Amino acid sequence: MEYRKIIEKLEEAALHPSKTVTNTIKSTGKSAIGCFPIYTPEEIIYAAGYVPVGMWGGTTTLQLADKYLQSFCCSIMRSNMEYGMKGAYNMLEAVILPTFCDTLKCICENWKVGVPNIPIIPIVYPQNRTLECGYVYMLDEFKRVKVEIERLSGKKIEEKDIEAAFDIYEEYRVTMREFVEIVADYPQIIKTKSRHLIIKAGQFLDKGEYTKDIKAIIDGLKVEEKQTFKGTKIIATGLMSEPVELLEIFDENQIAIVGDDLAQESRQWRTVTRDDEVDVWNKMTSRVADQRGDTFFYEYMKSRGENLIDMVKEKSADGIVVFMMKFCDPEEYDYPIYKKEVEAAGIPMLYLEIDQQITSYEQLRTRIQSFSEMLISREA
Amino acid sequence: MEQKILTSKELLNDLVDKHYEGALRAKAEGKPVVWATSICPQELLETMDLVTVYPENHAAAIGAKKEALKFIEHAEGMGYSSDICSYARVNMGYVDLKHSDELNIPMPDLIFCCSNICNTVIKWYENLAKELNIPLIMFDMPFNHTYEVPEHSVKYMRGQIEYAIEQLEIFTNKKFDYDKFGEVMERSNRTCEWWKKATDWAKVIPSPLNGFDMFNYMAMIVCMRGNADGERLFKLWHDELEQKAKLGKGPWNSADEEYRVMWDGIACWPHLSTTFKTLKKYGINMVTSTYPESWNVRYEKNDLDGMARAYASNYANRNLDYDTENVVKLIQDFKLDGIVYHSNRSCKLMDFRQYEVQRRVTEITSCPSVVFDGDQTDPRSFSAAQYETRIQALLEMMEKNKEAKRRG
Repeated sequence: MEYRKIIEKLEEAALHPSKTVTNTIKSTGKSAIGCFPIYTPEEIIYAAGYVPVGMWGGTTTLQLADKYLQSFCCSIMRSNMEYGMKGAYNMLEAVILPTFCDTLKCICENWKVGVPNIPIIPIVYPQNRTLECGYVYMLDEFKRVKVEIERLSGKKIEEKDIEAAFDIYEEYRVTMREFVEIVADYPQIIKTKSRHLIIKAGQFLDKGEYTKDIKAIIDGLKVEEKQTFKGTKIIATGLMSEPVELLEIFDENQIAIVGDDLAQESRQWRTVTRDDEVDVWNKMTSRVADQRGDTFFYEYMKSRGENLIDMVKEKSADGIVVFMMKFCDPEEYDYPIYKKEVEAAGIPMLYLEIDQQITSYEQLRTRIQSFSEMLISREA
Repeated sequence: MEQKILTSKELLNDLVDKHYEGALRAKAEGKPVVWATSICPQELLETMDLVTVYPENHAAAIGAKKEALKFIEHAEGMGYSSDICSYARVNMGYVDLKHSDELNIPMPDLIFCCSNICNTVIKWYENLAKELNIPLIMFDMPFNHTYEVPEHSVKYMRGQIEYAIEQLEIFTNKKFDYDKFGEVMERSNRTCEWWKKATDWAKVIPSPLNGFDMFNYMAMIVCMRGNADGERLFKLWHDELEQKAKLGKGPWNSADEEYRVMWDGIACWPHLSTTFKTLKKYGINMVTSTYPESWNVRYEKNDLDGMARAYASNYANRNLDYDTENVVKLIQDFKLDGIVYHSNRSCKLMDFRQYEVQRRVTEITSCPSVVFDGDQTDPRSFSAAQYETRIQALLEMMEKNKEAKRRG
């Protein structure tokens, strides 16, 4: 398939998660397990013969979730609860949920009663992941989850299965790193909205198949001529850059995302797996231990601001856009710290407060426009 | 010379002054100061003779003294969202302003954080260490989605205790004294026991304890569990309550206890008086909350695994089955007529489980309850009118039950 057609296919897949997941189940002949944000050991799920699929909320009318959650709860989690209660996730065999924040802990408990037909497998990621005891705890958690998934499937996961699954995921991660690099060189071909949708599609497809598509896109792009980009370039940070209507405003203003620090995107794959780990469990665990500048992992002297500044320099970006998901505590705590560092470095930054149920974009449009104008005038 | 015999309230006030003055003096003398979370393994700090203050206590005091808004608005100006914990906003504002007209604490040299109360403190304290460029000791206590604390969690926490000891040795440049540690453990357990026994006197009808007093004593169970003053205070408080109970005295001199309720969640510090008086006006005594158990941190001396398990077993770190059981037990033990649930805008961990706990508890016990909107320190998130309406609704339900009981 011509690479532009693949792009269209993936965009379409990302815009209709429910349909895409149903198709994936049909085409692979596998059952699906839903993965709550932020990280889950998808390799274990994959090794057990399931397709792991992402659960990043969505735009929906919130009614049922109010039984459990007050209005000041993160909209991704409210949407997930709503979808679960509505039956929109009934195609899932189970869900896996990491307790990264206080809200996720509560969702874990509420899910057990609110969506009793879909079993939940909780996983706790250690915050002291660089200490030996935290490292061992992570290993133990991964192995506990393995047993829970085996119980669900009634089938033992062999070492070779997990190794094969890890290889598929590793290839996915390496490919995605290359993809976000190359996309930065072709902002005219892959615009901001498209970039996001292509990446997001991976949440609902079999990673083995999806990686092939991404490779084809990369190959397709490589033969294209690089053109001078007249717009502005930014680094995106936050949980996710949705709703997509927001990205349409970026495209209208010729703003390209040339690098990201988004939980739904590069934070998933930017940490390079250690070469010296032979055992697959240690590879998975060390990836957690090595993750830096990530709001969901404790890090003494937080390096997020520094990382953002480095990304801006490396990509010759014009500024940073903060996609602040309203009511996301961890992200909200990080902001004042990196804001200070980014400002001290003289880098322009736009703060956008978002949630998944935004209905009016006018105010955001004005702010994005003015930011873009400001960046252009700085360049001039 | 004859020494005046202090009441526990006088002793409490003296100790509060001593605590803050002592910390400020220590800082002035060049001694290091630690900032720590409210239910952290303070035994380690006490063993090392480290002067420790608790930002949550400080923020609560600032809130009660009606000075919180100044710091909250300052923190919001620094970029802190108005949706995050107001204790954190007060504290981050204080870190920048460095002065309160009501109550000052010394700036820290070491941060000591324990996530058994929430993950929020991880982010808050991480920011403190970064802003102040000082060392941080982090205790990560994994959330217990199972009823019991899992063994691999205990192992992880024990490892962290051992690592914290190493970090403290480096920080203080002295060896950790394990004999003293054992003594501190013993004393901490005794103090916690006195705290629990004192608050348990509220089981008597009428309760000799006015639950809002418990909120005041709570500051000391946070910061004095491991020292002789704390033990003395809670023993004295216990003895007074025992005596009152034996004399059949209720919570107040000016009114009788008509109804007994539990308060779920943190107090509304800036509106302490309004929340208290509204209840008292209707003869409603808050006799308990989840707090007596929160600081009933008990384990065997020198048992590090037991210590880890005890700290990780805090109510906020447990699953809904435990939370429900806990409240049901309080209803039975304290013969409650109702529950007041504080939907505390600051505390997502408590809020997002509250509706389900309320439903289950109602189903099991039929105990009437109401939810009101408030905040622990942000005075803007509370409406006295809504609070009063909710309390009146609770009163009606409780009265109906009483009437039914009277009629048999």
